[in-house]
Amino acid sequence: MNVQEMILALQSYWADKGCALVQPYDVETGAGTMNPMTFLRALGPEPWNAAYVEPSRRPADGRYGENPNRVYQHHQFQVIMKPSPDNIQEIYLGSLSALGIDPLQHDIRFVEDNWENPAMGAAGLGWEVWLDGMEVTQFTYFQQVGGLEVDPVSVELTYGIERLALYLQEKESVYDLEWTPGVTYGDIFLQPEYEHSKYSFEESDQQLLFHLFDAYEKEAQRVLQENLVFAGYDYVLKCSHTFNLLDARRAISATERTGYLARVRNLARQCAKAYVKERERLGFPLLKEGEKSND
Amino acid sequence: MTKRDLLLEIGVEEIPARFVDNGVAQLAEKVTDWLTAQRISFDSYRTFATPRRLAVIVENVSDRQPDLEEEVRGPAKRIAMDEEGNWTRAAEGFARKQGLTTAELKLAEYKGETYVFAYKRSSGELTYNLLLKELPSLFGSLHFPHGMRWGSGRTRFIRPVRWLTCLWGDEPIPVEWAGKRATNKTYGHRFLGQEIMLTSPNDYLEALREEWVIADVTERKQMIRDQLTALEEEHQFRIPVEEDLLNEITHLVEYPTSLVGRFQEEFLTLPKEVLITTMREHQRYFPVEGEDGRLLPYFVTVRNGDATATDLVRKGNEKVLQARLSDARFFYEEDQKLSIDEAVARLDQVIFHDELGSIGDRTQRIVFIARELAQLLELDEVTRAKVERAAKICKFDLSTQMVDEFPELEGVMGEEYARQKGEDPEVALAVREHLLPRFPGDSLPTGVVGAVIGLADKMDTIASFFAIGIVPTGSQDPYGLRRRAAGILQILLDQDWRKVSLKQLILLSLKSLEEKDLLQRSRESLVADLESFFMPRMKAILQDEEIRYDVIDAVLAVGIHYPHWVVEKARVLAAQMEEEAFKSVAEGLIRATNLAQKAEEDRQVDPELLTEEAEQNLLQKIEETKEMVHRCQEERDAAGLYDALAQLTPTIHQFFDDVMVMVEEEEIRANRLALLREVSTLANQFADFDKLVFS
Repeated sequence: MNVQEMILALQSYWADKGCALVQPYDVETGAGTMNPMTFLRALGPEPWNAAYVEPSRRPADGRYGENPNRVYQHHQFQVIMKPSPDNIQEIYLGSLSALGIDPLQHDIRFVEDNWENPAMGAAGLGWEVWLDGMEVTQFTYFQQVGGLEVDPVSVELTYGIERLALYLQEKESVYDLEWTPGVTYGDIFLQPEYEHSKYSFEESDQQLLFHLFDAYEKEAQRVLQENLVFAGYDYVLKCSHTFNLLDARRAISATERTGYLARVRNLARQCAKAYVKERERLGFPLLKEGEKSND
Repeated sequence: MTKRDLLLEIGVEEIPARFVDNGVAQLAEKVTDWLTAQRISFDSYRTFATPRRLAVIVENVSDRQPDLEEEVRGPAKRIAMDEEGNWTRAAEGFARKQGLTTAELKLAEYKGETYVFAYKRSSGELTYNLLLKELPSLFGSLHFPHGMRWGSGRTRFIRPVRWLTCLWGDEPIPVEWAGKRATNKTYGHRFLGQEIMLTSPNDYLEALREEWVIADVTERKQMIRDQLTALEEEHQFRIPVEEDLLNEITHLVEYPTSLVGRFQEEFLTLPKEVLITTMREHQRYFPVEGEDGRLLPYFVTVRNGDATATDLVRKGNEKVLQARLSDARFFYEEDQKLSIDEAVARLDQVIFHDELGSIGDRTQRIVFIARELAQLLELDEVTRAKVERAAKICKFDLSTQMVDEFPELEGVMGEEYARQKGEDPEVALAVREHLLPRFPGDSLPTGVVGAVIGLADKMDTIASFFAIGIVPTGSQDPYGLRRRAAGILQILLDQDWRKVSLKQLILLSLKSLEEKDLLQRSRESLVADLESFFMPRMKAILQDEEIRYDVIDAVLAVGIHYPHWVVEKARVLAAQMEEEAFKSVAEGLIRATNLAQKAEEDRQVDPELLTEEAEQNLLQKIEETKEMVHRCQEERDAAGLYDALAQLTPTIHQFFDDVMVMVEEEEIRANRLALLREVSTLANQFADFDKLVFS
C-alpha cells in the first residue's frame, strides 16, 4: 500500500465513522493537535468529529535529508472525536484492518503513555499503540487544553504516517517510500528537506525572527482583545513556529527558553478562554436542541 | 442461611501495567472490608487481573445480614415511673428516642438497681440488595494517582470503564456505575476471544481461559517463566529474568507467547548498558546471554496472543530493534567527537531550573562544596585533585546525545566515555557513582571521590530548591529531595565520615547559593528548615535498624548533626534499656532535667552557696563527668558516654534524698537549679531521657 493509498484508506474509514474530513491547516504547525480543528474544537460542550492529514514542521528534527527516519516535516493523520465514543478502541483497531493490518497476524498492544504539550497547556492520558513493538499511533484522552479542563472529553488519535508506511512497505528509509506509483517520498520531499534544514540551522535571519516573534505576539494579543479568536490563534501558531526556528538555530539561551515558552502558553490560554466565550455567545451552535436544554 | 459466591469484574481499557496489582488489591480489600462491616460472613477470596480487567471472587458469602438485636439501658425505674406506676416524661422521652412506645419498654436489674430497657430488633437485609445499593460507591472509592475522565461521563478511573460483571451465585446484579450496568457477561481476549455468558463465579477462570485470557496473575507469570525456560533449552542460551520486567510484561498481556528474535552482531560493540536499556526499557524485551554471561545478539519478546504468524511478529520486532540500535550507534559515534571539556562547556546552555540557572551554574556550586568537603575530610592531595576534576565533569554526559536519548543512562554513559577519554579511573567511577543511591535500596558509592561528589550534588539540589521556596509537601516531592536527603545520611554512615556534620554541609551549600544571590529567605530560617527536613530521614534509618520508637525519639530530640553518633547512641540506649540498672539511671537524669527547666538562664553555680554535702558532692561529680563526657564525644564513644552519665546518677539520687531544691531563699534555690542544669546539659549530650517509655 503506497502512502497515498494509506491516506485515502484512512480518510474513507474515518469519514465512514462520521468524521468531517477537514484539511491540513495553512499556517505552520508542529503537530495535528495544533490545528485549530483540534486545539480549539476540543474545547467547550459541542460535539466534534474530524479527521485530516497534518504536515507537521519540526525544524530541530531536520537532517538535511540524510537521516532515514528524522525529517523537518513529517505527516500525521489526525482524528479527533468529542465526546470520545465508548468503543473507540475497537473503531481504531478497525482502521488498522483498513490498512491491511490483521490483528491476528500481529502483536498489537496499548502501552501507557501520558501525553503533554506544556507550551499549549494541553495534557491527556492514554497509550502509544504498538504494532510488533513499533509505536504507530498516539492514543490520547484529552483532559486539559489551553489550560482548561475539557468536558466532554475528546479522544485524539495521531498516526505517524511515515512510520506506518515504512512498516507496510518494508522500507528502511522514508525517502524510498512509494507515494504513488512512479513517485517516491524522496522525489517529493528530499529537496525541501535539505533546503529547510539548511535554512533552519544555518541561514535563517535571527534578528528578523526575533522581531517577528514579538510582532506576532503583539498582534495575537491585539486581535484577541477584539474577540477574533481564530485570527488571534493563527498568530499564536506563527509565534510557536518562529520560536521553533530560533530554537533550531540555537539562538535562544537556556534561560530565555522558558520565558519564550511561557509567552506562547499564555497566548494559547487566552485563545482557549476566548474561544469558549465566543462559542457560548453564539449559543454553542453545534449542540442539538435537546443537549442544550440538558445543560 | 444459604451462601453464594460473589464475582465482581471491572472491565477497563488497557490499565497501565504499574497500577494493575495495586488496583486489584484495592478492589479485594474494599469488598471484603465492606462485607465485614456489614456483618456478612464469607470464607475466602481470590483476585484476578489482566490489562483489561480487575476482578475478585469472594466465596461462600452469606445471603443476608444476620438480624440485629440491640439492648439499650434507659433511666432507672425510680426516675422512669412515678409512685402510681405511671411512666414519667423521662421514660416517654427515652422511648421516643429509641423509636418505641412506652408500652414496649421493659424493666430489668442492672448493678443492683432496676432500670428501663429498650429492646430493639432489626432484621438483616438481603446481601443482594445491599450489593446493588452499595457497590457503585465502593467501585468509585478505588483510588489511582492518575485518574481520568472520558466521554461525557463524570466518573474518574485509571482508564475508561467498558463493562461491569457482577454475579451473585447464578444471578447477575444490575449494579450501575460509570455509565455501565453490570451483567453476567464478560469478554475474552481482544483479538482471539469472544463474549462470554457466565452462569456462575466458578466458571470464571476456565471460561476466560477458553477465550484466551489467563486471568490469574501468578499463573500467567509462571506461563511466561516456563516459556522462557523452554526457549533457554531450545537455544542453549540464558535469559536473565529481571523481576520488575517480568511483572510489567505479565500486566501487558492477557495471553502470553514468548518468541526469540535476533539483531546484527555488529551492534554488540555498543556498551552493554545501551543494548540492555534499549531492549528492556524501550521495547520490554528480555536480553539474552551466553554461558559466560556475555550478551548474545538475541532478544525475547512476549506477545499478547497465540502462536499464529509468529514469524511476522518476530520480523516486525527485529526491524524496530534494528532501527533503535542504529540510532543508538549514531548517537554513540557522535558523542565520540565531543571532548569532555567541550561537553562540560555546553552545560551552561542546559537549563536546570528557571530560577536556579543552568547545569553549568550548578556544577560550579558542586565544585565549591566538594572542594570544601575534601578539606574537612582531610583527604590527601592526590585524592583532592581527583575530587576537583570529578566535581567539574560529573554532569558532562548530560550534554551527550546518548543521555539525551536514554536519560536512564545518565552516569553510566558518563563513566564509559570518561574512561575512553582517558580520565583517571577513580574520576570516571565517580561520574557514575555520585548519582547513587537513585532509589531506596540502591547501592551506594564505593569510591571516596564519588561519595564526596554525591554529597555535594545532593546537598546542592536540596538546598537550592529550599532556597527558592520549593519544599516537598505531603506526597508532592517532584525533585526527589527526600530521597536525596536519605542518600546523604546513608553515604555519611556508609563512609564512616565522622568529621563532617550535617550542619557544615548545609552551611557550605547555602554559602555557594548566597554568593549567587539565590537565597530568597534568611539563612537562619533555611538552616532550621533544612535541619528539620533531615529529621524524618534519620528517623527512618533508625527504624530500619529496628530500634524502638521511644529510643529514636529520645536521641533525635537532642540533634542529628553527626548521623553516625546518632546511630551509635541509639544502639547503646536501646541495649541499656534492657538492663535492670537502667531505670534508676534514667529516673535520676529525668528528674534533674525536668527541674532544671526552672533554672534561670544566665545563672552560674556559685560553690560558696552550696551548703549541704550532697550538693557539694554533686558539683564535684559533675566536674569529673564533664571531662569524661567531653572525651567520649571526641572519641565518639557512645557506651563510654552512657557509663559516665550512669556513674553520675547515684550522686544525683543522693542529692534529691538529702537536699530540698525549691526552698524559700531565692539565692539558694536558684543556685541549686543551676546545678541541676549542669546535669541536664550533660544528659542532653546523649538523649532526652524523658521521651523514653517505661513499661
